[in-house]
Amino acid sequence: MTSLYEEVPAEVPANVPTRRVTVTVNGEKRTVDVEPRLLLAHMLRQALQLTGTHTGCDTTNCGACTVLFDGRPIKSCTMLAVQADGHDVETVEGLATASELHPIQEGFKQEHGLQCGYCTPGMMMASKALLERNPNPTEDEIRWALSGNLCRCTGYQNIVKSVMWAAEKMRAEEAE
Amino acid sequence: MALDELKIGGMGASRRRVEDNRFIRGKGRYVDDVVLPGMLHMEILRSPVAHARIKSIDTTAAWEVPGVRLVLTGETMAARNLAWMPTLSYDTQAVLATDKVRFQGQEVAAVIADDPYIAKDACSRIVVEYESLPAIVNPVQAQDPNAPLIRDDKENQATNKIFDWEIGDKEATDRAFAEADVVSTVDLHYPRSHPSPLEPCGSIADYDRATGKLTVYMTTQAPHIIRAAVSLVAELPEHMIRIISPDLGGGFGNKVPVYPGYVISILASILTERPVKWIEDKSGNLISTGFGRDVYLQGQLALRKDGKILGMRMHTVSDHGAFYADAQPTKFKIGLMHSTFAAYDVPAAHLTSEGFYTNKAPGGVAYRCSFRVTEAMFFQERMMHAAANDLGMDQADFRRVNLVKDDMFPYRTAFGFLTDSGQYGKCLDVALEAIGYDTFKEEQEEARKRGKLLGIGISTMTEPLGAGNSREYDILGIKMFDSAELRVHMTGKAILRTGAKTQGQGHETTWAQIVAHELGIPADDIVVEEGDTDTAPFGMGTYASRSTPVAGAAVAMVARKIRAKARKIAAHLLEVSEEDIEWELGRFYVRGNEERGVTIQDCALAAYSNVPDGLEPGLENVAYYDPPNLTWPFAAYVCKVEVDPQTGVWDVLKFVAVDDCGVRINPMIVEGQIMGGLTEAYAMASMQYITFDEEGNCIGSNYMDYLLPTAWETPGFELHEVVTPCPHHPIGAKGIGECATVGGPAAFVNAVMNAIEHTGVRNVDMPLMPNRVYEALQTGQNVSGMPPVKGD
Repeated sequence: MTSLYEEVPAEVPANVPTRRVTVTVNGEKRTVDVEPRLLLAHMLRQALQLTGTHTGCDTTNCGACTVLFDGRPIKSCTMLAVQADGHDVETVEGLATASELHPIQEGFKQEHGLQCGYCTPGMMMASKALLERNPNPTEDEIRWALSGNLCRCTGYQNIVKSVMWAAEKMRAEEAE
Repeated sequence: MALDELKIGGMGASRRRVEDNRFIRGKGRYVDDVVLPGMLHMEILRSPVAHARIKSIDTTAAWEVPGVRLVLTGETMAARNLAWMPTLSYDTQAVLATDKVRFQGQEVAAVIADDPYIAKDACSRIVVEYESLPAIVNPVQAQDPNAPLIRDDKENQATNKIFDWEIGDKEATDRAFAEADVVSTVDLHYPRSHPSPLEPCGSIADYDRATGKLTVYMTTQAPHIIRAAVSLVAELPEHMIRIISPDLGGGFGNKVPVYPGYVISILASILTERPVKWIEDKSGNLISTGFGRDVYLQGQLALRKDGKILGMRMHTVSDHGAFYADAQPTKFKIGLMHSTFAAYDVPAAHLTSEGFYTNKAPGGVAYRCSFRVTEAMFFQERMMHAAANDLGMDQADFRRVNLVKDDMFPYRTAFGFLTDSGQYGKCLDVALEAIGYDTFKEEQEEARKRGKLLGIGISTMTEPLGAGNSREYDILGIKMFDSAELRVHMTGKAILRTGAKTQGQGHETTWAQIVAHELGIPADDIVVEEGDTDTAPFGMGTYASRSTPVAGAAVAMVARKIRAKARKIAAHLLEVSEEDIEWELGRFYVRGNEERGVTIQDCALAAYSNVPDGLEPGLENVAYYDPPNLTWPFAAYVCKVEVDPQTGVWDVLKFVAVDDCGVRINPMIVEGQIMGGLTEAYAMASMQYITFDEEGNCIGSNYMDYLLPTAWETPGFELHEVVTPCPHHPIGAKGIGECATVGGPAAFVNAVMNAIEHTGVRNVDMPLMPNRVYEALQTGQNVSGMPPVKGD
């Protein structure tokens, strides 16, 4: 039976298969019993209470649910939790330390790269993947790298600036 | 010794947003993030067909799924008088269908279960037998004398027509046309579009039988209106209802109406005595919740040879779907459509409107616009473009002849609106200069020799933002004012609450800046809260760009009430009479002796510790603000495009936006609003629309079919500002949230038309998909967007 919800049904349904999965989430090993059909986004949000990963469209279009899977950006609404067994997942909650924001987070705040905030975690995770492979991207490279993530509020111009801001800061930190 | 206003985060500071601190950490709290103990989950079964009689609904198999707690159908709702509910436009809407389904995606049944996967499973076990009826998918079909009657549930509803409405002076307009040298005509379709915030709608209803209190977390832009509506619909006393609208993942008008899902989750919680969460999926959101537009716009201008407009006629035919659920002021059946041509000096005008039921989703919501003004301004600027061409006049010159001049304010429009301020000509000049208008015609000719098609498009408009005044504007009889409550604590820190509800506009940041401006309390010392009807003062919510014009004004007014009281306390502390006290930002001092003063923080402490005799203690107050007029921002948008004649694909080479929204509280946030709005304008001009096939199937029920622009397609925008303060707003501000969405589409379309109209084509309906542009180029004929549309 799924361990997602605190309330246990009065009659436990028979024949609901579960699988035990262990996923390294933001550097910490987490183990959950899940139904094989459970989506990774739902495991993150409900079982692990990491609600920073949002679900927007259910069809892999909007990118609000983007997380890093072994360092690559994937849309967690169309990956099964069981597929993540033994893998490494990084979510928005893993970006900042207790005392310090990640430069990407700072960049989004400084350059007004967000309004309602719903697409922001996915945007930031996709940006992180970009900057890790390309520390000095052009505007076109940023726009292309984020073209799997929809934003309905900002018009993207300030998101591009936010990523530029972060890239510059990360390069400066690297040089130190 | 006055404070530096920018340093304390006052007016004009591009203060970084307070709300970002949680959003960038993934710590926002949206409805779906809320988890209550013992919470159940609800899923809705929707109609797969657009028009059919329901012969039977069998829920037996759904009840048998382990983990299912409740199955609801129209019959169970009807037993509690909840099968139908009132809409915001005095119509009724089915909550769960009883007799017929009237659009694809209509709510038919609901399952409440231990988890959302089980609820979905059980929905698929419900067997509904439909007897199909012909589907009506546009107003032409709706008017056919043989068309089936969609609303056979309503008494005295013999046809599919909802309303006939008119405004203006027909006789004077007819006379203007009789005197005209030239008459110019346009015939346009503004296609159906969906606001589509990334977060879909949802609610968590939590009814506590012990206290009788109902708490509902809900994706709503207008929590207080919802509280009143829930009280009426569910017959619960209003003081026992608490609506909490937490963080919203965008709204754009989509989260104004009351949706069946909210009502069903409330009944489910009452019946199960457990919290019930309903989170709509994206398809549910796109096919069943409030759309925007879907209007046919026909009109004519009566023109003198020298370019002067003598009169304007307009006729609109609107498609409202199966239930007339538009969110708009009661008096106006087609919203503020009659704000069209408000920027121009037009002596006579007449507007007629007809509205129809069709087998499509209900709710002509104001999608990022103030009640149909998007359609009004699109019509206006496409009409202006066509008229300039018909006269053989330059687009900019034609506008200059007719724009209301600076010395004509206050100006009464032919339809009766009062515009009060602006520098229209200056805005246009700034835009033309920035885009290089003077040299464009040579550039265009030169490019054409090389086989390239360049075009330039202008859109200039003013729009009515910030309803009310309450004399003219109400929704369901509730007057459109707004409110703010300010509590200054003894240490000089404060909490501010308003009746508005932010959805990304940044109220938590900007409202504090207004208080900082009025009181000199640093913005960082003020926390802003909205969206909880148990704590916020009554207000009408956030839509129609009304937050700054109305709630923002209330913030300034409540701060002034606080300052007036603080002045009495200051006089007491300084031992002088109140008349001898002067104010500078953050501080009272004795006239003639600037050194002797007390800060606003000193006054706050004294309000709780050293109050003069005869004065109430404390430093808290509420203000309700009923604006004397709407605010009238102005915008000049100019767009330059290149069209590829081989494919019909067009690219934006440059886009210049000049906005005059009066005084800007936070310039960074204002610019963010403009860029977001321009992107939605580009979306509607280029790709974003929802259409239906002959059977009423929604083409656009997910993001694979309903195209929204990504970072890759979206052009860059160059922004400029002109500032004409609003004469009646306490801080001189005007609305801005929607200007770009309203004025932007015509700039894109006019630019593409300018590039291709040498072929003889006068109009291509939005969206200007490459295939439509290509067809126009090949045939030299207009391309209509009249649905059902094939081949897009």
